[in-house]
Amino acid sequence: MSEPIKKNPLSLQLNVEDFLPADENEKQSLVIMRESVGFWKDGMRRLRKNAVAMISLCIIVLVMIFSFIVPSFYPYSYEQQIRGAENLSPMTYSEKEQAAMAAGEKVFPHVLGTDGLGRDYAIRVMMGSRISLTVGLVASALILLIGSLYGSIAGFFGGWVDLMMMRIVDIIYTVPDILIIILLATVLKYPLGNLAMQPGFGWISVVGVNMISIFIVFALLYWVGMARIVRGQVMSLKENEYVTAARALGASNGRIIKKHILTNCIGTLIVTTTLQIPSAIFTESFLSFLGIGVAKPMPSLGSLAADAIKGMRSFPYQLFAPAIVISIIILSFNLFGDGLRDAFDPKLKN
Amino acid sequence: MEDKRLVEVQHLQQYFPVAGGKMFEKKVVKAVDDVSFYINKGETLGLVGESGCGKTTTGRTLLRLHEPTDGRIIYDGNIIYDSGKTPLMGPDGKPMIGQDGKPMMGQKTSVNMLPYRRKMQIVFQDPYASLDPRMTVGDIVGEAIDIHKLAANKGERHDRIIQMLERVGLNSEHANRYPHEFSGGQRQRVGIARALAVDPEFIVCDEPISALDVSIQAQVVNMFEDLQEELGLTYLFIAHDLSVVKHISNRIGVMYLGKMVELADSYELTFHSVHPYTRSLISAIPIADPETSRQSQRIVLEGDVPSPVNPPSGCRFRTRCPYADSVCAEAEPEWREVSPGHYAACHHLDRV
Amino acid sequence: MSEYLVEVKNERLSFFTPAGEVKALNDVSLHLNEGEVLGIVGESGSGKSVTAYSLMGLTAYPGKLIGGELDFNGHHINDLTERDFRKIRGSEISIIFQDPMTSLNPVYTIGNQICEVIRLHTSKTKAEATARAVELLTLVGINEPEKRLKQYPHELSGGMRQRVMIAIALACEPKLLIADEPTTALDVTIQAQILELMMELKQKLGMAIIMITHDLGVVSSMCDRIAVMYAGRIVEYGTVDDIFYRPEHEYTKGLLRSIPKLSEKEHQKLVPIEGTPIDLLNPPKGCPFAPRCKACMKVCLREMPPYTDLDEVHYSACWLLQKKEFEAKGGNA
Repeated sequence: MSEPIKKNPLSLQLNVEDFLPADENEKQSLVIMRESVGFWKDGMRRLRKNAVAMISLCIIVLVMIFSFIVPSFYPYSYEQQIRGAENLSPMTYSEKEQAAMAAGEKVFPHVLGTDGLGRDYAIRVMMGSRISLTVGLVASALILLIGSLYGSIAGFFGGWVDLMMMRIVDIIYTVPDILIIILLATVLKYPLGNLAMQPGFGWISVVGVNMISIFIVFALLYWVGMARIVRGQVMSLKENEYVTAARALGASNGRIIKKHILTNCIGTLIVTTTLQIPSAIFTESFLSFLGIGVAKPMPSLGSLAADAIKGMRSFPYQLFAPAIVISIIILSFNLFGDGLRDAFDPKLKN
Repeated sequence: MEDKRLVEVQHLQQYFPVAGGKMFEKKVVKAVDDVSFYINKGETLGLVGESGCGKTTTGRTLLRLHEPTDGRIIYDGNIIYDSGKTPLMGPDGKPMIGQDGKPMMGQKTSVNMLPYRRKMQIVFQDPYASLDPRMTVGDIVGEAIDIHKLAANKGERHDRIIQMLERVGLNSEHANRYPHEFSGGQRQRVGIARALAVDPEFIVCDEPISALDVSIQAQVVNMFEDLQEELGLTYLFIAHDLSVVKHISNRIGVMYLGKMVELADSYELTFHSVHPYTRSLISAIPIADPETSRQSQRIVLEGDVPSPVNPPSGCRFRTRCPYADSVCAEAEPEWREVSPGHYAACHHLDRV
Repeated sequence: MSEYLVEVKNERLSFFTPAGEVKALNDVSLHLNEGEVLGIVGESGSGKSVTAYSLMGLTAYPGKLIGGELDFNGHHINDLTERDFRKIRGSEISIIFQDPMTSLNPVYTIGNQICEVIRLHTSKTKAEATARAVELLTLVGINEPEKRLKQYPHELSGGMRQRVMIAIALACEPKLLIADEPTTALDVTIQAQILELMMELKQKLGMAIIMITHDLGVVSSMCDRIAVMYAGRIVEYGTVDDIFYRPEHEYTKGLLRSIPKLSEKEHQKLVPIEGTPIDLLNPPKGCPFAPRCKACMKVCLREMPPYTDLDEVHYSACWLLQKKEFEAKGGNA
C-alpha cells in the first residue's frame, strides 16, 4: 500500500545551531496571554460592533435631546395659543406673523404647523415624547426595583416562600390591566385631587391624576414579568457550583446574594429593563389615546394622536407626527435592548 | 500518615425528595444510604462509582453542604452532626450497648459550621462552573480571606492571594484576570488555590480531574500529591475513573446506588477485589495498551443502573450481578470484614 | 478518484470569529480504507471533531474550509452543495454524538425518529420502515424492540439512548460511521457495553469507523490506526502498535506517560506534560507543541516541523526526527 500523503520537502536551510536545545525563556516567550477583558469591557466591545444597536442608541439620544433639552430653548411653549394660527400646515405662517415678518421681525417657523387651538405642533410633539419617555423610564425603574427584589427573594429562598410568592404573581397575572387602570383612575381622582390641594403636593396636578394612577398600576401590576425572569435567573444561579463553593467557605446568604447572585444577574436586569421601556411607553400612549392618560393641556404622544384623529382628513400630518415618533421610540428601544442582550446576556456568550 | 481518625461518618444517610409519584405521596431518592467510613490524618480515601451512586453527595453531605437525613459526622474527635437516631459506636466498631440492654444513642447535634469551614474544603469537578465569572481570580481566592478575616489589611490580603496562586503554579500576573481567560487546567488550579486559602486540613476532591484534558490531568494529580506531602493534607478523592483513584489513594471505597459495596487498601482492591461489582468495574476500564486489551476478556455487565428512586430489594446490585439468586433479593448483604481492613457487602463472597 | 474510502489531503479550515481567525485545522491529511477503524485522539480544541465534521459538511458557522482536498466514497467533498450533502448524510456517512441526551428529539418517539431516517433515504413504506426499525433495534441489542419504538427518549437510560443513536446511524448501512466521543458521557460499565456493540456491528456490517476520543484506552481496544492531533495538526499518525509501542512525537510520548495504569504494582509518580494548550487565536510561529516540549530546539520556535515518514504508514511532525535525518546526512545542509 502506498502512502498518498506527500510530505512538503524542506525548503529552508538548516544549521547545526538550529538543533540546539531551546532555553526556557525562549519557550515561554511563545506563550502569550491575551489582553485581560472584563465583563463590561467585553460587553461594550460587542455592543459597539452591533451597528443596529448603535444606530438605535443614537436615535434614542436624539429623541431625548429633542424632548428634554430643546423645549427649553424653543420659542413657543406647548400651551401657548397663537390667535389666527389655527391648523396651519407645516412651515406656514399666520397672517399676523406674515405681517410681522414683512415688518422685518424674525418669526420662528411652525415646523409641523399648529393644531386646532393654534399651538405650535412641533413643541407639542416634543413635550409629548417627553411625557412618554418619562413614563417609560419611571415605570421601568419601578418595575425593576419591585420585580427584581421580589423575584430574587422568591428565587433564593425557594421552597414554601417561593411557592406562596409565585402564586401571588400568578393571581396578579390574571388581573386585566386596562380595567384596573380605568378603575384606579376613577377611584383615585378625588383623593388625589384633594391631596393636590395640600401644600407640598401641588406637583400632583401638574403631572396629572391619571399619570399617577398609571405609575401606581405599573408598580402594582407590571413587575410580575420582571419578577419571574429574575426568579428564574436567581434559581439557576444559586445552583451554580461557585455558590456551593462560597457556602463551603462559610459565606453568609447576604454575601452570596450580593457578591455572586446579583453581580451575575446584572446583565439580564439591564436587558429586561431596557426592553420594558418600550412596552411601558406603548401602554401609556394607548391609554392617553383612550383619553385616560395625562391631564390637559399636557400633551402625550397618545393624546396628540387621539386629538388628530378628528381632523385626519384635512390635517393628516397631525396624526403622522406623533405616530411616527412613537414607532421610532419603541423600535429604537427594542433594537437597542436586543443589542444589549446580545452583548451582555451570558447565555448567548460563547 | 498517622493512625488518627480525622474524619469519620457513621451510618450516613442523605435522602432527597423528588417530584413525581402520586399526589401527596412523598418520594425520595436514597442518594446515600447507610454509609460508614473513616479517613486517617494524612491519608487519601478514594471513592469510586458510576453516576448516581452517591459518591458526590457523600462528599458534600460530609461537609454539610447538604443537611444529612440521618447518621453522624465526626471531625477530629468533635461531633459536627448527629441525628440522635444512630447508635454510638464503640472503639471496636460495634454499637455500644447501654446498661438497659438497648443500644446507646447519640445526642442530637448540629454545630455551627463556620469554624469547620476553615478546616474542611472542597475542590469541584467543573472548573468552568465553580468559578464566579464576574470575579477576578484574585477575588475568588481572596473570598475565603475576607470571610474568615485572615488578613489585617489590603496588602496582607494581596500577599496571601499571590502566595496561594504561586503554590498552585500560577503567578501574580494572573490575579487580575477573569476565569474565562484561563484554560481548564489553570481554572482547576484556581479552584485549588481557593480551597487552600483557609489553610484547611481536609479537602474533598469532587472529581477534580474528570473535566480536564488527558495531558493536564497528570499535572493536577501530581499537584494534589505534592500539596499533601507539603501541607500534610487529608483527602477524600472522588472520581469515576478507578485508575486515577487507585493512583492517588491509600484506600478505596466502591459505591453502588447509594451503598458502599467494598472498601479496602487500594492495592488490595485493584488486585484482589471480592465484590462482583468491583470486579466488573475494573474489567470494564479500557486499558491503554493494545496487546493487553486484545487479550483481556471483559466482564461486560448486562443492563443499566436502576433508578435510585426505586432501588432493587435486598442487594442493590442483584439486577446486574452474574451471581445473584433468591437470597440476594430477600436480604441486604451484611457489611463485613473479609480480611483485615478489607470490607465488602455481598452474600456470595465465597462463590465470587 | 481516490483509492481510499476517505482521503483528506492538506485540509485547512479556519473559524473567522469576531476576535480573529482561529486556525482550527492546519494541514491535516489522512486516509481510511473500507472497514477500517481510525482513532483520532487529542485534547479539546485540537481539531479532532472539526476534521470529522468537515467530511459531512457540518462545519459550524463561522468555520470555513480554506484549502485541501477531501474525498469520500467517490464524492469530492469540496464541491458538494448542502443538497448533495443531505443525500449522503445518513445513507453513506453517519454520525453518533457524545451526548445521547441531547441528540435525540424529546418530542418524537424512538420509532418515529428511526423511521424518519429510513424513509428519507429509501422508498420504503411506513410498514416496511417500522419492520426495519425493529430489526435495527434488535441489532443494537435492545430487547422488546416493538415496545421501545413507542417510547420517548426520556424513558430510556443513557446507554439505551446511545444504542438508539447507533441504530439511527446504521439505518441505511453507511460506509462510514463517525463516532464523536460516543462513550464520554456514559458510565464505565455502559461504555464497555457500547464499545463491544460497536465492534460487533463493525464485524457484521463492515463499515469504516472514525472514532474521536480523548481516551487512549478506548482507541487501544478498538482502532486499527490512530491519528494524534494537537492544535489543529496531526502530529503523529500510525497503526495502534506504532503509536503505543513506537511513538516518535514528544506529545504522543508525553500522553502515554501521563496516564495512570491500573496494573501498576508500585506507586510511581505520573510524568505530566507541563504547560497549557496554546491559544489558537495567537498560535506560536513554530511548532505548536514547542512551549510544552521538553526536547524543544531553537528551530522548533521558528518553523513548523515538516512531516517525516517513519515507515509506510507511520509518520510524525517533529523536528527531532528531521535532526536524525540531518545528522545521518553528515550534519550539513
